[in-house]
Amino acid sequence: MAHRPLVVCAILAFTAGLVIASFAGFREFLPGLLEGALVTVEITLGGSVLAVICAFVAALSKMFGPWPIRGLAVVYIEIFRGTSALVQLFWLFFVLPRFGITLEPLTVAILALGLNVGAYGAEVVRGAVSAVSRGQWEATVALNMSRAQALRRIVLPQALVPMIPPWGNLFIELLKTTALVSLITISDLAFKAQEMNATTYRTVEIFSIVLVFYLAVAVLITVAMRSLERFAARGLARGPAQ
Amino acid sequence: MSIDASPANSPSNEFSGPMVRFDKVRKSYGSLVVLDNLDLEIARGEKVAIIGPSGSGKTTVLRMLMTLERIDRGVIFVDGEPLTSMNRNDELVPADAKHLRRMRGKIGMVFQHFNLFPHMSALKNCMEAPRTVLGLSKIEAEARGRELLSMVGLGDKLDHYPSQLSGGQQQRVAIARALAMRPKVMLFDEVTSALDPELVGEVLSVIRKLGADLDLTMLMVTHQMGFAKEFADRVCFFYGGRICEQGPPEKIFVAPENERTRQFLRACLEAT
Amino acid sequence: MKFWDWKFTFEILPLLAKAALVTLEATLIGFVVAAILGLAFAIGRMFGPKWLAVPLAGFIEFIRSTPLLIQIFFIYFVFPEFGVSIEAMTAGVLALGLHYATYCSEVYRAGLANIPRGQWEASIALNMSPFHVFRDVIIPQAIPPIVPALGNYLVALFKDTPLLSAIAVLELMQTAKIIGSENFRYTEPITLVGLIFLIFSLIAAAVVRLVEAWLRRRIIHS
Repeated sequence: MAHRPLVVCAILAFTAGLVIASFAGFREFLPGLLEGALVTVEITLGGSVLAVICAFVAALSKMFGPWPIRGLAVVYIEIFRGTSALVQLFWLFFVLPRFGITLEPLTVAILALGLNVGAYGAEVVRGAVSAVSRGQWEATVALNMSRAQALRRIVLPQALVPMIPPWGNLFIELLKTTALVSLITISDLAFKAQEMNATTYRTVEIFSIVLVFYLAVAVLITVAMRSLERFAARGLARGPAQ
Repeated sequence: MSIDASPANSPSNEFSGPMVRFDKVRKSYGSLVVLDNLDLEIARGEKVAIIGPSGSGKTTVLRMLMTLERIDRGVIFVDGEPLTSMNRNDELVPADAKHLRRMRGKIGMVFQHFNLFPHMSALKNCMEAPRTVLGLSKIEAEARGRELLSMVGLGDKLDHYPSQLSGGQQQRVAIARALAMRPKVMLFDEVTSALDPELVGEVLSVIRKLGADLDLTMLMVTHQMGFAKEFADRVCFFYGGRICEQGPPEKIFVAPENERTRQFLRACLEAT
Repeated sequence: MKFWDWKFTFEILPLLAKAALVTLEATLIGFVVAAILGLAFAIGRMFGPKWLAVPLAGFIEFIRSTPLLIQIFFIYFVFPEFGVSIEAMTAGVLALGLHYATYCSEVYRAGLANIPRGQWEASIALNMSPFHVFRDVIIPQAIPPIVPALGNYLVALFKDTPLLSAIAVLELMQTAKIIGSENFRYTEPITLVGLIFLIFSLIAAAVVRLVEAWLRRRIIHS
């Protein structure tokens, strides 16, 4: 996938050109779509932050917590990986109020997506942490470090770099999943697209623009994560680990 | 080996018996018995070499002492105190984290595969534990690290990362890193086995220097028979989870009594 | 109002069971589409001429990087625009199949790339036609090791079927929503749907693990 951005940029330019050329009313629809795009980006960012937090908390609890906490982490991970994102979204939207918790739809959206992707992220974190060699843990025991010190100073810094590419994929998954929030009345990009499609019937044009927008954000995420990876690799380890 | 130090003239009533004592220690993995009722005493400042064929349990001795392996039965005493258990109301109970950390502080270990922290420079490798565990200031830890790294001959490689160092240099950093914690007992687990032959010498000469300069109890598992012979006060030959024969190197290497020892040494000789 | 109404639960359970059949149907047909189309994508991308392989690679990335929901809408709304009427279920299954075909194609690609060069060379030496090389030599060796990975995508596809509720396919989610709006009680139907998904996913994950273990033994033994 080394040339992914290149390929994708080419299609992006091609499709955008095609759509603009064929779509006379393009300018009329752009403001509305951009408004929706802003909401999509907002939810993606909020969801990503929450997902990272949930993933680390859940993974570390599952690996190192005392059994009740470990059990909770396992239940969280299994439930959110085992059911569908849309079901989770609807559950938080329709059922949470019955507990007396009424949240803004936007909050529900960020919560649902963050929790959902966080559960998948927990397995990424767990995988990367368990991939750090046993010798590193043994060295920390020999140096009389506590487990918390070993984790914070020795193991996590080494686990972070290999974690970055899978996190990039998860952020793209999250971006794609944000389209579901249109089904709980949030005016994101997908919602705006349906709205405009219902009034204008310019299906090909509207949905093409929208798809290309999602693609553009996905490419942006890929590029950002790749530079983050390069930066982190330079900062944390010179060359391959022994 | 000062057994005569009476409580009156020893400050803070320090224990004066053996530095390390294995008392009927047993370890098995499933049905495989790795150590079988091991009894072993190591005096203060003594340098003991452990030799034997692979699978004889010699590395397990060090790893148990470093609390990297659980003890199935028996007790290990370090500095007069049980290592992984403690006295409570005259009863031995499994040690809590605090006791374990205090006991581990007396022991340092150097590994076959170095286990340096790849994301830290040589100096940072030596400063990390003194700062986080011993609570040294950055300045103190750095001074200590610099001193130890120049002692192992790496005063000019302070800012090199492990991947930029040769195997021999990495192992010397690992020795400096262990020493920075000021242990009383140093464990060397086949520290030259992962090195190219031409790099073995530099590591052994560092260990030789430690033996001469510092007041350390040393326990090493090694395949370097020549070094064991020259350096150790005592050699223990392990076979099948037991000490088959032990004694001063002159005796073990020159006039071994046990047939297994003779076989093993002959095989080693043929290999070189 | 009670938090959880058992009587209501048992009333709606048969409705949900019926809807679960629709969900399973969508899953299976969608996955058949994904598995076949994915293999075609992989072969086209790996062995096709450049004018096919490059755009195909771009298309696969494009589908993989954009939301399934929009793709469902696109297919559902675009056909009538060209005068072809399409059922919601057909459109949904097509979108699911296409979306997951791009994921499956990556899996097939990995499987095909793992076939040793010697197998190709031997087939050429035997003067076999490309069709027979694929059918008799390559595919039978490439598929078994990737069955678990494909299985994981089957489970993922299953979990994406609730998206079909957006175009009013009467699968589990849509049925639950209808029940909810008719009775003003969403707690039971949506929670039950969640539970059904959880149970199916856990079973499926266990089956995938079993197959994986079985394959590992088989590959080691041969």
